[in-house]
Amino acid sequence: MRDFWRALARNRLALAGGAVVLVLAAVAVLAPVLAPADPNRPDVRRILEPPSREHPFGTDGLGRDVLSRMLYGARVSLAVGFVSVGIATVVGVVLGALAGYNAGLIDAVVMRLVDLMLVFPRFFLLLAVLAFLTPSIWTIMAVIGLTSWMSVARLVRAEFLSLKEREFVLWSQAVGASGFRVVWRHILPNALAPVLVAMTLGIPAAILTESGLSFLGIGVQPPVATWGNILNEGKDAIEIAWWLSVYPGLAILITVLAYNLLGEGIRDALDPRLRRAGPGLVGR
Amino acid sequence: MALYALRRLVLAVPLLVGITFVSFVVIHLAPGDPTELQLGEMSPEASAHARQMLRELYGLDQPLVVQYWTWLRRVAQLDFGRSFAPDGRPVLDKIVERLPVTLLLNVIEMVVILLVAVPVGILSATRQYSLFDRVTTVLVFLGFATPDFWFALLLMLLFGVQLGWLPISGLRSLNWEYLSFWRQQWDLVSHLILPVLVATLGGLAAVSRYMRQSMLEVIRQDYVQVARAKGLSERIVISKHALRNALLPIVTILGLSLPGLVGGSVIVESVFAIPGMGQLMVQAVYQRDYPVVMGNLVIVATLTLLANLAADLVYGLVDPRIRLAGRRGRR
Repeated sequence: MRDFWRALARNRLALAGGAVVLVLAAVAVLAPVLAPADPNRPDVRRILEPPSREHPFGTDGLGRDVLSRMLYGARVSLAVGFVSVGIATVVGVVLGALAGYNAGLIDAVVMRLVDLMLVFPRFFLLLAVLAFLTPSIWTIMAVIGLTSWMSVARLVRAEFLSLKEREFVLWSQAVGASGFRVVWRHILPNALAPVLVAMTLGIPAAILTESGLSFLGIGVQPPVATWGNILNEGKDAIEIAWWLSVYPGLAILITVLAYNLLGEGIRDALDPRLRRAGPGLVGR
Repeated sequence: MALYALRRLVLAVPLLVGITFVSFVVIHLAPGDPTELQLGEMSPEASAHARQMLRELYGLDQPLVVQYWTWLRRVAQLDFGRSFAPDGRPVLDKIVERLPVTLLLNVIEMVVILLVAVPVGILSATRQYSLFDRVTTVLVFLGFATPDFWFALLLMLLFGVQLGWLPISGLRSLNWEYLSFWRQQWDLVSHLILPVLVATLGGLAAVSRYMRQSMLEVIRQDYVQVARAKGLSERIVISKHALRNALLPIVTILGLSLPGLVGGSVIVESVFAIPGMGQLMVQAVYQRDYPVVMGNLVIVATLTLLANLAADLVYGLVDPRIRLAGRRGRR
């Protein structure tokens, strides 16, 4: 564990990413304090004003302050990122553990299910599901989570397959520990490192997905302020209001970049052998 | 090889059934009876009509097993019903006329990615830690973090609005019919430049990264050192000895992205108003045009399955280890 922190501390890019991640979390929590204006108060006299001292990022089509809406939007993005990754992780770990620990029929069924889910192009499946549901922030979280557990399941299964042949596991089985105890106390803790990496890299992927859906107008619905929603309006007003398109996208870029750098750093610090071809292990 | 191909085919059958099953489940995701959903912006009579059609199409008053069987029989005959849109055309016709557009866009995208990313990856690997390598590494990280829809907006702002060089929506100008043949071709190309740029963003970053990594691994191998020791020029060593093996993992990556050929361009198509499958899907979701949504989902997933199958068979041909290693050799 000491080695982990030392390795992470030596990686300046990962530290920078981690710092930005912390700042973003603080911004999301403190949004009501930081926001210069009420994010939902329209002002008909100040519609589509370019950035000024009073409105640093300009105003939108209803005269609302874009900076304030972006600060509140950070809450939505981070909440969606964390909750949907949480859902994906729980589903992925449970199914992956089931498949990895019980060879044979259960394994085959779970892995076919993974194959089946992967046959659907992600965005098409999301759109189809959302066509039948009323989109709210909760359905978005659930839907993103339930369509992105496959890589975690594969990862956990692979870990389980190798861990269950190791001596300490065989030994605890030999002295009569129950299957649940073997999995919970001995195998799972040792399989969590790659899951942690997958989670860190899954958050930016979920944030990109949510903002993409909101950008299409099928994600979190207005008047809730999200980065994707502002960009959606920015697209319609592209010829008259560049600030609606530029700033929210920049926020997404910085957030995703920070989480990617942190995730990469954690992966390299946990196990240099896990080092792969760069970002995108979980990816788009 | 025949055995391997047969095994792959047999494995695909349950997946095909699974696709119809998942799609069937999606219809029933709606709370209560799917026909009770608000059907978009439709007038009361129109939505009553649509409800009636939905009920007939999916046999919603029947038991679930019967419903699934009815739906499966229709799908097997590629009958997805008629669109709820005012034109009321068969869903299959709508999809078939848009498929070539999406395929065209994605094939161009793949070719561009290959032509750019492979040389870039080789150069950064052979000059590791040079200025070129550092710059591309930064660009790769930016490419992974940039939302494609935002990149699209920026390009529209710069080339469409500020400079006015390129069109920002559709595939043809309004006066297309009046242009000469060559002008028509240029018109199409100019409409495709920005969408292709956006579509290649993520793939460029990924493939150039993998290419770099793969090349770095290969040039440390003994046989490459031997080639150098024989006194061959670096050029020959890289292009003749190293490249061939370094390209193998890239073939795998391309195979994995083959499914994206049909499902990968939803955002690009909707931003640039390109009449492909992705745009059809998004519009159908806006209008709650359920037959089109379901038809699209089944067709796209089935095409993806076929693309996967094709990729598997190609691997089997290229790399004997895969077809001999049994079922899960590749993954």
